[in-house]
Amino acid sequence: MHATLSVLLTQGGGHEAGGGGAFEPFFPGLVILLPLLGFVINGVLALQHARASANAVRAGGELELDGPRGRPSTHTLPSFVGPGVILLAFLLVLVNFTRMLGVELHEPVVVHYWTWMATSTFSVGAALQLDGLSMVMAMVVTGVSFLIHVFSVGYMKADPGYPRYFAYLNLFVFFMLLLVLGSSYALMFVGWEGVGLCSYLLIGFWFSDREKADAGKKAFIVNRIGDFGFLVAMFMLFVTFGTLDFAAIAHDAPGKLIYGGGLVTAITLFFFLGATGKSAQIPLYIWLPDAMAGPTPVSALIHAATMVTAGVYLVARSSVLFALSPVGSATVATVGVLTALLAATIALKQNDIKKVLAYSTVSQLGYMFVGVGVGAYAAGIFHLMTHAFFKALLFLGSGAVIHAMHEALHHTHSHADAQDMRNMGGLKRFMPITWVVMWIATLAIAGIWPFAGFFSKDEIIWQIAAFGGAEHAPFPGLYTLIWVLALVTAMLTAFYMTRLMVMTFHGTNRTGSHEAQHLHEVPPVMWVPLAVLAVLSVFGGWVNVPVALQESFLGGMGALPMSDWLHHFLEPVTATAHEIQVANLGEVSHHAPLGGGEVAWALISTILALGIVLASARVVGGWKVKPAAEDAAPTGFAKVLYNKWYVDEIYDAVVVQPLLRVSRFCWKIVDAGIIDGTVNGVGYLARGFGWLGSLFQTGTVNTYAFILTLGVLVILGAVIF
Amino acid sequence: MITPAMVLSAILFVVGTFGVLVRRNAIIMFLCIELQLNAVNLAFVALSRIWGIDGQVFVFFVMTVAAAEAAVGLAIIISIFRHYETVNVDNFNLLKW
Amino acid sequence: MVDILFYVFAAVAIGSALGVVMGRTPVGSLLFMVATLASLAGVYVLLEAHFIAAVQIIVYAGAIMVLFLFVIMLLNLGHEYRRDLQGGVAAVLSFIVVGVLAGLLSRQFRGEGALDVISAPGGQAIDAALIEHGAVGAIGQSLFTDYVVPFEITGVLLLVAIVGALVLAKRRVP
Repeated sequence: MHATLSVLLTQGGGHEAGGGGAFEPFFPGLVILLPLLGFVINGVLALQHARASANAVRAGGELELDGPRGRPSTHTLPSFVGPGVILLAFLLVLVNFTRMLGVELHEPVVVHYWTWMATSTFSVGAALQLDGLSMVMAMVVTGVSFLIHVFSVGYMKADPGYPRYFAYLNLFVFFMLLLVLGSSYALMFVGWEGVGLCSYLLIGFWFSDREKADAGKKAFIVNRIGDFGFLVAMFMLFVTFGTLDFAAIAHDAPGKLIYGGGLVTAITLFFFLGATGKSAQIPLYIWLPDAMAGPTPVSALIHAATMVTAGVYLVARSSVLFALSPVGSATVATVGVLTALLAATIALKQNDIKKVLAYSTVSQLGYMFVGVGVGAYAAGIFHLMTHAFFKALLFLGSGAVIHAMHEALHHTHSHADAQDMRNMGGLKRFMPITWVVMWIATLAIAGIWPFAGFFSKDEIIWQIAAFGGAEHAPFPGLYTLIWVLALVTAMLTAFYMTRLMVMTFHGTNRTGSHEAQHLHEVPPVMWVPLAVLAVLSVFGGWVNVPVALQESFLGGMGALPMSDWLHHFLEPVTATAHEIQVANLGEVSHHAPLGGGEVAWALISTILALGIVLASARVVGGWKVKPAAEDAAPTGFAKVLYNKWYVDEIYDAVVVQPLLRVSRFCWKIVDAGIIDGTVNGVGYLARGFGWLGSLFQTGTVNTYAFILTLGVLVILGAVIF
Repeated sequence: MITPAMVLSAILFVVGTFGVLVRRNAIIMFLCIELQLNAVNLAFVALSRIWGIDGQVFVFFVMTVAAAEAAVGLAIIISIFRHYETVNVDNFNLLKW
Repeated sequence: MVDILFYVFAAVAIGSALGVVMGRTPVGSLLFMVATLASLAGVYVLLEAHFIAAVQIIVYAGAIMVLFLFVIMLLNLGHEYRRDLQGGVAAVLSFIVVGVLAGLLSRQFRGEGALDVISAPGGQAIDAALIEHGAVGAIGQSLFTDYVVPFEITGVLLLVAIVGALVLAKRRVP
């Protein structure tokens, strides 16, 4: 252990093969260890708090609030340790990132610490891989995490489980960093499972409520189905390559796998199954809307910015494999766009503000998968990054709204739902900062120039056209359809987000006159992170603007500080995949299916989006929305959308009930009947033998004399014969 | 005459065993045991014709012990009788499980 | 002559033994037993074991059987009208067992009759001792020299038996 610590605390050892200057990693092991340390410290505090509470209850009293500001003493340190370790981790990543900026990395840098598993045929090392992709992901994860941690300090202030919350959150960041920085599929899987675990712990954070605990269970179980896919793919990879290291596989894949062959298609499909579980795509997206039962910052971090993007990262990391399998990639793109469309339709009719955002997340994840499915890995990661910014902002903003609504409703002891948009309205008067930043995020997600979402979403839509229309593109008709559906979904996105904003912040206030007196803006510890995210949502997209757009009107004719730096930064990672694409697909198209070039369609989409936003604002503003208690239930097609296309009910009937029946059979008949019966039967048999033996004990002298004589006969016989 | 005496001894022993097994009266069972002992005595005396006076000495001891045993055994039966009011061994079944 | 007497005594012995086993009353069984003992004493005489024959009559038939009789009279037995023979399965099983026993024992009597002599080395020694010391002395010689320790111990045994019988049969003081 000492040796390990000393290795981890030194500047990264291990081999580097960078060209054009050397990239020296700066304590990469600490990046991962710091959140783990935070988990340990917060965990100890949580246990102390639990013990103190239990003792207080046993003594018949209440827990002493002997810390500052009227809170228990165990609740002061997590406020600093929780965000603090993440800030330190972010700074370390930043140093590494800046070091990498100046260097042209052709090969990833692998920092090897120790060998985790080693058999004669297989070995996995505890090693971290530092290249463009992992750096970008690490920056996003640590940066957004830090902001969300700071927000949580304010949001979870009054919660009794405060240290436990930060412990779980830090543990989650640890696993997520392991996921994105790991150098092999095995390490990635450790992180994969770990974030699933933390997701369960955090969704079911208020586990005394049965529904919330069930939501946590649902997330974990559905994730597990995906994990099966991941595992099978890993097994197949091991059989083919003999190793699970990213570098080795990326290097050997073009040689060992046939383009479009059955093996590589199977591998990619199984990996995608895992991704659908973790990243909430069809058919395993059902857990994400239920996951809104957890605290809102959790929804922001895990289910918007980081965990759910693990699937996209997986596909991007396995870019070589997906490039070798057109069927696999097409599946990814198709499922992605279908999910995007389905989720957008459901979001149209939801009334819970978090549910709308949840389905919006599912929809945007679909976009990311479309991006990496058509082969535009950089575009997919770019959208991942911008989505992290504005979706985290949206969730945190909704958290601020819910926080304010809770306080207001608490004052009058009303039982109205604080998350139902029908109970809100006109909040812009009370929460101006939140109103402004959320509008920024909405414009970003709707894809309006010059906000971040415009560039990323647009890039993806354009790449669908580019790759789908390539010279030898497989399934060109399919890609045209995907392109159309992506555009339609973008329009829907603009509409439902505007609906959310108008119902929440505009119009007349429906909370009630008594409650409205207590509505106010959230404290700075909560709105400062929102502001930071808002800035990122505005300018975050300016790091990956294609040259064509830069020079056009949309780029200010080159006057604005935009660049396509991200694309170049990720190039080494996707280079092999790109080569395969160029070799097999030929040249990409420069025209969309309906005609027109990149700039033209960028202009069209942003104008359309802006138009829809303005129109929806008008239309929704004209609706007479009633508070939730008085509102009528939806009917007709609206009812289908409101009930999420009854997918959960279908799953229940087709999958869950038969499984329960089989389990009941196994329990009642196989386990209790056959197995227990056999074991009990042996017991009865033993008793039976005992009963037989007892027949000899009659107690009468004659019997004993008889037996005695028999014995004598036996001995006599033995002697004589 | 030794062989016929041995045969007689065997017959008496067998009859005595049969008596022990089928009689339920404790005193009569005891009597049959004495019969067995007598059969053995006869065997000893008969064999003393071959192997010397030691056989008869042994018979002497057997008789002595038989007397002692009869005394003690009957004392026990009397003691049991006081409790059960009968000497039928079927009633002495406290050892029954 | 001796043979005839022997067979007479043997027949009486066997018949009386069967009478012991089948006797209807306890006293009847007991009397049959006395008869058996007497005929056995006769057989002893025929086998030149005079002292043993005398002791048989005096001790066995005279003392032990009388003891049995006293106990039977003390316990006032004989009024039960039910035969106390076991019937049924037990009797059949017992019969089979004793039959097997008899068969086993009878196996020993096949083959040449090494036992068919009336005079063997041991017998001649006995006869010599009888002539020299008389019936009692013949046993006494052996008893008080080679077997004196068992003799003494037998004395102790008898003492123990007396005390034991007294203690066991004593009426408990209420």
